[in-house]
Amino acid sequence: MELTGADILVRCLKDEGVDYIFGYPGGAALHIYDALYKQDDVRHILVRHEQGAAHAADGYARVTGRPGVVLVTSGPGVTNTITGIATAHMDSIPMVVLSGQVATHLIGDDAFQEVDALGVTRPCVKHSFLVRDVRDLATTVKQAFYIANTGRPGPVVIDIPKDVTANKTEYIYPKTISMRSYNPTVRGHPGQIKRAAKLLLEAERPIIYAGGGVSLSGGEQELRDLVRHLQYPCTNTLMGLGCYPANDPLFIGMLGMHGTYEANLAMHDCDVMLSVGARFDDRITGDLAKFSPYSKIIHVDIDPSSIGKNVNVDVPIVGDAKRVLADLVSVVKNLEPNPDTNRISAWWKQINSWRSIDCLAFDRDSDKIKPQLVLEKLYEVTKGDAFVTSDVGQHQMWAAQFYRFDKPRRWINSGGLGTMGFGLPAAMGVRIANPDADVVCVTGEASIIMCIQELSTCKQYDLPIKIINLNNRYMGMVRQWQEFFYDNRYSHSYMDALPNFVDLAESFGHRGMRVDNPADVEESLIECMARKDELVFMDFITDQRENVFPMIAAGSGHNEMHLGSTGNGAPQERELA
Amino acid sequence: MDSRHIISVLLENEPGALARVAGLFSARGFNIETLTVAPTEDPTLSRMTIVTVGSEGVVEQITKQLNKLIEVIKLVDLTEDKHIERELMLIKVRAVGEQRDEIKRLVEFFRGRVIDVTQSVYTVELTGASSKLDGFIEQVKLTEILELVRTGVSGIARGESALSAPKSRSNNK
Ligand SMILES: Cc1ncc(C[n+]2csc(CCOP(=O)(O)OP(=O)(O)O)c2C)c(N)n1
Repeated sequence: MELTGADILVRCLKDEGVDYIFGYPGGAALHIYDALYKQDDVRHILVRHEQGAAHAADGYARVTGRPGVVLVTSGPGVTNTITGIATAHMDSIPMVVLSGQVATHLIGDDAFQEVDALGVTRPCVKHSFLVRDVRDLATTVKQAFYIANTGRPGPVVIDIPKDVTANKTEYIYPKTISMRSYNPTVRGHPGQIKRAAKLLLEAERPIIYAGGGVSLSGGEQELRDLVRHLQYPCTNTLMGLGCYPANDPLFIGMLGMHGTYEANLAMHDCDVMLSVGARFDDRITGDLAKFSPYSKIIHVDIDPSSIGKNVNVDVPIVGDAKRVLADLVSVVKNLEPNPDTNRISAWWKQINSWRSIDCLAFDRDSDKIKPQLVLEKLYEVTKGDAFVTSDVGQHQMWAAQFYRFDKPRRWINSGGLGTMGFGLPAAMGVRIANPDADVVCVTGEASIIMCIQELSTCKQYDLPIKIINLNNRYMGMVRQWQEFFYDNRYSHSYMDALPNFVDLAESFGHRGMRVDNPADVEESLIECMARKDELVFMDFITDQRENVFPMIAAGSGHNEMHLGSTGNGAPQERELA
Repeated sequence: MDSRHIISVLLENEPGALARVAGLFSARGFNIETLTVAPTEDPTLSRMTIVTVGSEGVVEQITKQLNKLIEVIKLVDLTEDKHIERELMLIKVRAVGEQRDEIKRLVEFFRGRVIDVTQSVYTVELTGASSKLDGFIEQVKLTEILELVRTGVSGIARGESALSAPKSRSNNK
């Protein structure tokens, strides 16, 4: 039997195992919406802005590992998704975006709601397709899912003209796909893995630096096996939090601009660095000229272009993080152990002395609510078991520092693009993927307003997300930079004319709570989390002047960290450097 | 140290592939001296030749980023080994009086051809490595250059090695 393109598309999604899609209708997509109406297998979540659809699909993908699916109309529908596509692209998140397009005979005529969807998305997709013939549709969808979720994952756009969704053909969904031009390497080179293993066993000041690629590949167990077998210190990037348990004694915290003192100094002073699924981003390395001057670097990444891009690497290994780590563990275990069993004890002693500085200390006696306190209590109240999404700013960094993630795929944030507005819609996707889980969105009063309309979606689909708004009446992270680097000139970073968030939440049909006394923080969080079936908007009125520490100013080295005034005094003498 | 590289790319002959390559170069700030592209004997494949100038690290990134494009099947940096490069130039010059003979001699010397003649103008066709075309332009400045068009470089490896697609046909179509 012949089906229309629209019916074929929906059948493809079903056969691909898609249970939810996130979208917003419009003229060019109406045949597709009609096909959705006629079935129940693929459920559609109607967002309130297409940016929300892309972030929600992204959040869904980050927790499930399956591509998030977005459906939008042509023109403004697709341009509204661009921030979401770029966010997914920067963090290597699998996503398939289906965009309606004007009919093929109108393409290029500046037709109503026509935009060159492939053109405007090209720089921020892994790949994109324009389907000109309904007979190509099913194969294209298959390829799109395959490309999105293999190799280094990423977003794929399929632009579908309206006539293609009306035309008919036989439906055949290909079972497998192979493409002569696309064949990601998954197995690491055995010779290189052996070199890496030897180097690791000879190290006296080793560090294992793991990023989001480990979570994406599902390699957290292999990472644990390696770190525990070697008893080496492990640090995670912002994207990698949870891929090594934060409560494990071998974990030395997050690294980078707001990473811990011990992680950054260990990166600086190490002699062998194993980097897995991380890409030496500038927020991680600081000044490249001062980056880790004494180390030999092993870099494992599925994307060859990540290797050697920012730093020179001694042992490059192209491959899937999970596979390479598994191979590395077995090679390391089969090699003669280094007879000098004491060789790293001095290194651990050094790391522990850095640790004793307690770089994340904050003032616990303040009569204002310290944002760190809220996150620490949130961690305790949720027993570390919530899914936490965040927006971008100081609150994001505090969440990363104070919510101790022991599991991967629990910490959902826009690391690469740094997209304000991500947190709430991403939390929707997370909750839809995990209908019984506690899902918390840590945000700031500036960020939350960027996608606040999604409170309405949360109402429609009963998504009882807990919003933790750290309300400092400032774009805090901007204010912090202005305090440090612009002589306290707070140019346009004050959030004037804020809404009453409690009333705002309630007008959307949710519950709102305002907390301004530090003594009430814990109890209010307990109440918030106990309201299992309600979306609760917690408006915490926090200390306006609090800053995120430690901090490495952009363009400085790892050994040039600023610490706050509340730690255990000045750093001690350094042995190296 | 920056040097000149000729990168030969075999890619799917699909609309949009050229835009992706061009977009990649502009987005990442890579330099393109010349770029040529045309289908091969297999109409599903295009062959692209890109001439770029960059340091070793930059050229490594260029090849890796090109390889990352889904349409790219294979590529080779021809300058890493023995190769032949050719470029075609059509050049229209003012040719009057004694200049007419002088230009003709120059064209012969460079093994070019005068392919169109008027009372005051010669149009010359010249093929060779880019440096040879540059040499001709330098010399022909004895007269006025009215118009100049170059195709950009095409290149191929010497000897047996060939840039070809794996035999199995994809099920792209
Ligand atoms: C869409 C977008 N615009 C601008 C920025 C730049 N920016 C980074 S942090 C920040 C302030 C965020 O303020 P808020 O959400 O209140 O969080 P806080 O830093 O106060 O915790 C801004 C404007 C951004 N990251 N994203």
